[in-house]
Amino acid sequence: MAVTTLKIDGKEVSANEDETILDVAFQAGIKIPTLCHIEGLTDIGACRMCIVEVAGSNKLQPACTTKVKDGMEITTQTARLKKYRKMVLEMLFSERNHVCAVCVSNGNCDLQTLAVEHDLTHVRMPYLYPKTEIDASHEWFALDQNRCVLCQRCVRVCDEIEGAHVWDVSGRGVQSRVITGLNEPWADSDTCTSCGKCVQVCPTGALSNKGKATGEMTKHREFLPYLAQRRHDHK
Amino acid sequence: MAKQIIIDPVTRIEGHSKITIKLDDMGAVQDARFHVTQFRGFEKFCEGRPFSEMPSLTGRTCGICPVSHLMASAKACDEILAVEIPTTAVKLRSIMNLAQIIQSHALSFFHLSSPDLLFGMDGDPATRHILGVVEKYPTLAVDGVMLRKIGQEIIELLGGKRIHPAWVVPGGVSSPLTPADREIILNKLPEARAICERTLSWFKGVLDQFKDEVNTFGNFPSLFMSLVSPSEDGKLAKLEHYDGKLRFMDADGKIVVDQINPNRYMDYIDEAVEPDTYLKSPYFKQLGYPDGIYRVGPLARLNLIDVCGTPKADQELSEFHALSSGPNLSSFQQHYARLIEMLYGVERIEELLNEADILDKRVRAFAKPNRSEGVGVSEAPRGTLMHHYKIDDNGLITWVNMIIATGHNNLAMNKSVKQVAQYYVKASHLQQGMLNRVEAVIRTFDPCLSCSTHAMGQMPLLVQLLGPCGELLDEVKRG
Repeated sequence: MAVTTLKIDGKEVSANEDETILDVAFQAGIKIPTLCHIEGLTDIGACRMCIVEVAGSNKLQPACTTKVKDGMEITTQTARLKKYRKMVLEMLFSERNHVCAVCVSNGNCDLQTLAVEHDLTHVRMPYLYPKTEIDASHEWFALDQNRCVLCQRCVRVCDEIEGAHVWDVSGRGVQSRVITGLNEPWADSDTCTSCGKCVQVCPTGALSNKGKATGEMTKHREFLPYLAQRRHDHK
Repeated sequence: MAKQIIIDPVTRIEGHSKITIKLDDMGAVQDARFHVTQFRGFEKFCEGRPFSEMPSLTGRTCGICPVSHLMASAKACDEILAVEIPTTAVKLRSIMNLAQIIQSHALSFFHLSSPDLLFGMDGDPATRHILGVVEKYPTLAVDGVMLRKIGQEIIELLGGKRIHPAWVVPGGVSSPLTPADREIILNKLPEARAICERTLSWFKGVLDQFKDEVNTFGNFPSLFMSLVSPSEDGKLAKLEHYDGKLRFMDADGKIVVDQINPNRYMDYIDEAVEPDTYLKSPYFKQLGYPDGIYRVGPLARLNLIDVCGTPKADQELSEFHALSSGPNLSSFQQHYARLIEMLYGVERIEELLNEADILDKRVRAFAKPNRSEGVGVSEAPRGTLMHHYKIDDNGLITWVNMIIATGHNNLAMNKSVKQVAQYYVKASHLQQGMLNRVEAVIRTFDPCLSCSTHAMGQMPLLVQLLGPCGELLDEVKRG
């Protein structure tokens, strides 16, 4: 594997050519905000929180899916990036009904944490207030579309780690929804093994254990890097 | 010529409302109505949500008494789970509920109503508010602030935050009381008790100055309702705010119905809808609408019991009961009842904190829904609070009914406004003192119309005198 050298925020770093900007920045101790990324799953660049500036290009690049190149000069913190990251968060909040105050994940939510980190005190665009349903048909778990940010962590973990591929995304644009099976109630899915990995990787309160009260849903993701490594080793 | 006086908005209450006074051709008060002008929609928008969210969701009904909603809601959820929650959890919930009653009563008495009591109903509205009290009666003002603070601090120590703690959950509470926090609460109680005692002493001293108000502020026969629990020997009815059975008493002191399991409230109460207010009018079914008028709250609770169950409060209760041969019918005496309840709250919290199992770590029962329906009833500061939920097979809410204490009192508030208006309103001219009395009678019920409070009395008060065709004949503005 060829080794390249590049600069991130002025810091000289070396990396393998197949690594992403996010991987290399992480190893160098440079924090780039992420939402759809989770260690152990394939990155898809869905949320656009990890956008960075690459010298020579006016286009902002998602750090999670952009591979490093020799001589790259990357900047992770600029006023422009902060502005767009904040805008991404605003649009996520305005698209569904994220009512932190009564959410099971209040205090344990990746979206909420990002909002705090980005000083998101209000949302400038109008809220859409879509009427979305809750699928609580599963014996142990519930899906609340109101809190979903379409990060597709559930889709990926079910496909890549559990191998069941229960989850998918239906619809387009603001009509997009994560679905189970062929858009049937979760309980009717023949492929769901009820392993709960989707619930644990969900960044918000969209997927939770049933019966949890406000703020009680904490996620445990320690299993993921380990299982991902075991899968990788077997290939 | 028939005229109409409108007081809009009503100040120093929690929420938004207005009062309309209709005059007949002779200028005498023909009718008076209390309108709640805001719509909340909780019963509707909770549909489809998981039942386990209901305590937090319904807690948002109010920023003054979220704890009361947490109690009733969590109890309804306990019923859906069909579990008996650990006794320590019952005691901890009770402590929080009493702390809530103390802080809310303190707000009502000191911040909202004491200006009327200290400066008189005809006092200058420029100073007849809590800041005026701070300036002229700093000791009493500080007492009020401190008492409310202590109540709020107890809520925070138990639940993690003062407003909307998520600690009360279906099946119990989410964390036990620590020995350190128990000590902190115990150390706060002597000051709270001293404030309650000296305020009671002061209030009893000035009560004679308000004979007119006692006689005319919602002083009429009606039923009373509250939860009561049996005394240790089972012979007497004891003051109850968390559990117990429902009891109705008539104006002569006769117990009409007793020992009603709260989940059968619908057998006794129905709700009427009026075209000019968003607040429904619950009534006692046996007497029909609108004759089935009943009152809830501090006055009702003290009327319906034989004992409070704590030493100092029982002494005060004896004096309170001695004021009248039967139940005390004057809504003005709600102020007095609030003071006694605060004293009881302080004493009872101390008792509960000294019980052997109060630090027990088992404070929650876990279960899946075992019933499709649950009713939770508790006593909020303003009176009996009812939450009733139905769920589907997946635990999602399909139907909600909430009867808030202020709703129970709606018919009584209307009747009280009419009584005060008939006594004080003279059609020839509009006077501040008259207007304030009409508002003050509403304030005796401490109505909680929403989660907002206008404690400073700074909202503008507009009173319009309208002719039969709606033409403006006279106008008074305040604020």
